[in-house]
Amino acid sequence: MNELERLAGLETDATAAVAAFRQRAAAEGLLDVAYADLDSPMGALSVFVTPVGLVRLAYGRAQDELGDLAERLSPRIIAAPERTDAVRRELEEYLAGQRGAFDAPVDWSLMRGFANAVLRATARIPFGSVSTYRKIATEAGSPNAYRAAGNALGSNPVPIVVPCHRVLHAGGGLGGYTGGLERKRFLLRLEGVLGE
Amino acid sequence: MCVHPPPFQLLIDEHASELHRFLTACVGPIEADDCLQETLISALRTYPNLRHADNLRGWLFTIAHHKATDAVRRSVRHAVGGLDGVEPSVAPSPTADDELWGAVRSLPLKQRAAVVHRYVFDLAYREIGERMGVSEEAARQNVSAGVRRLRQEVNR
Repeated sequence: MNELERLAGLETDATAAVAAFRQRAAAEGLLDVAYADLDSPMGALSVFVTPVGLVRLAYGRAQDELGDLAERLSPRIIAAPERTDAVRRELEEYLAGQRGAFDAPVDWSLMRGFANAVLRATARIPFGSVSTYRKIATEAGSPNAYRAAGNALGSNPVPIVVPCHRVLHAGGGLGGYTGGLERKRFLLRLEGVLGE
Repeated sequence: MCVHPPPFQLLIDEHASELHRFLTACVGPIEADDCLQETLISALRTYPNLRHADNLRGWLFTIAHHKATDAVRRSVRHAVGGLDGVEPSVAPSPTADDELWGAVRSLPLKQRAAVVHRYVFDLAYREIGERMGVSEEAARQNVSAGVRRLRQEVNR
C-alpha cells in the first residue's frame, strides 16, 4: 500500500532531541564521562571529563578509547563537547604558547598507588622546567624505583596537563614518551627547554 | 557475572535515528522529540545495572514503546478534560504528509505501533510482540487491524 511505503520512507532528525537529552543527563547527574575530539598542532587529541575533572587526555581519536574507558570508568560515556569547553580552551591556549599552567581540575581516579604518587610529583614541575626519573621516584617515596617511575609516566592518562614530558634522563637524554618522542620534543620546544 | 555494556554513545550512534523515526510515526514529530529524550534518559539511568547486554536495540525499542504509550495517555487525558476530540497533540507536518499522518494518528496506539514496527522496521511478528509486551498472535492482529483501518481512513 502506497501509504505504508511513504511511512517507511519517513525522514526525521533526532539531533535536537539528542542534544536536549545530553543536557538533561548532565543536569540529573547521569553523564559520568563526557568527551570531545579536537585537532591540534600535535595531531588529533581527545579529552574525557567526569564531574570531578579531566580524567583522560589521549593522543588520537576518542573512538579508540571509548571501550576501555567504558569498562574502567563507566558505560555512561557520551560525546558532549559542551562539557569539555574549559579544558579544550586551556589546551588550545597552552599549545599556542599563551598559557603556562592549567586551571581545569584533574580527576585522578585512573591513577592508582605508586603511579598516582609519581604523577602527582610530576604535576608539580613548573612550565619550562625539567626533572629526572630518579628525582621523581624520590619525591614519590621510592628513590630506587626510577624504572617503575618511568613506567608510571609512560601510562600517564592525562599527558600534557600532567606534564610527564618534563621528565628526562639524568644524563640529559630525552627518555621515552607516551605519545612518541616527536611529541615530547614539540612540547619541550614549546616551553623553551629545547632550541628550535 | 560481570557485564560490560558498550559505551552509551554507541547506542546513540546506532539507534537514535531509528528510535526517532519510530516515535515520530507513533506520536507525531513534536511529541517524538520529548519521547526520544525520555527514552534515552530512562535507558541511561538503568544502563550500568543491566544484567546482560544482548539485544540492546530491542531493549531500547521496548522503552520507546512505553514512552509513546505514556505520551498518548497524557494527550488523551488532556483532551478529555479539555476541548475537542482525543487526537494526540501533534504539530502540523511541514510536508505534504498531513493526510498520511492524519490517517496514522487515527489508529489506536497499539495498532499504530504494530504497523510501524511491521512496515517501517520490517520486524517479524514475534519481535513486534516482544517490543510491545504482547503475544505474537496479538501483534499479528494489531498489524492487520491497523492496516485495514488505515486503508479505510485513506480511502475515505
